[in-house]
Amino acid sequence: MSRRPYIRPMSTTTWYMRNGRYKVYVLRELTSFLVMFYSFLTIFGLAALAASPERWNGFLASQQSTAMIIFHGLALLYFLFFQTFPWFKLAPKAMPVQLGEKKLPDSYIIIGHYAAWAVVSIFIFWLAGVI
Amino acid sequence: MAIAKKAVVWGLFAAGGTLTSFIFPALIALFLVIATGNVPEGLQFEQIHSFASSWLGKACLFIVLFLSVWHAAHRLRVVAHDFGIRKDTLVANAVYAGAAIGTVLAAFYLLTIN
Repeated sequence: MSRRPYIRPMSTTTWYMRNGRYKVYVLRELTSFLVMFYSFLTIFGLAALAASPERWNGFLASQQSTAMIIFHGLALLYFLFFQTFPWFKLAPKAMPVQLGEKKLPDSYIIIGHYAAWAVVSIFIFWLAGVI
Repeated sequence: MAIAKKAVVWGLFAAGGTLTSFIFPALIALFLVIATGNVPEGLQFEQIHSFASSWLGKACLFIVLFLSVWHAAHRLRVVAHDFGIRKDTLVANAVYAGAAIGTVLAAFYLLTIN
């Protein structure tokens, strides 16, 4: 006599494979592994920096390999297309700017983000002596 | 209490997401440059050490690392759920503990650079 409500069969582990939008969502969320990886890599670098010049040079030397060049290159592209660019794209939705009765156009906020990003990146490269 | 906690976690997530979007491409690019063996002048020991010795340098590095690990922790918690792991309390404790360890280590190492 018990009623059997219909429960849509859904995999809890592979649900996002059904739909392109879901796949993009999961790829975006997975960039958090890169954030953790590079944060802890930087913290290890700070440990070497705090220890001695030899440890710091050892840290730099340990990072030099063809495999790491390929890894960082792919990580950079992945991060740009699945974290930085989507984050800027949603910025006007997350932080709308109201001016009296009107709203600042979305494109202004997005362009502002890209401009600020360029300034911050150039400043970091200048600080590191790359440019 | 639940709402207050959520606000803190969400605030760290949003601030960290914005900061990582702006900073991490340049950070990854710097590691890429290091990997090629051409260590730029600013990353030679004397220069980076004097930057990390200054209070401004310490503050910048700490804020970036602190917000990044908390942002990533909150997101990894959601990723675990998305991949079918339903033990949220365990996952939350693990990822936030990781973020706390990262925060403490960053602060400790920065304070020992003089």
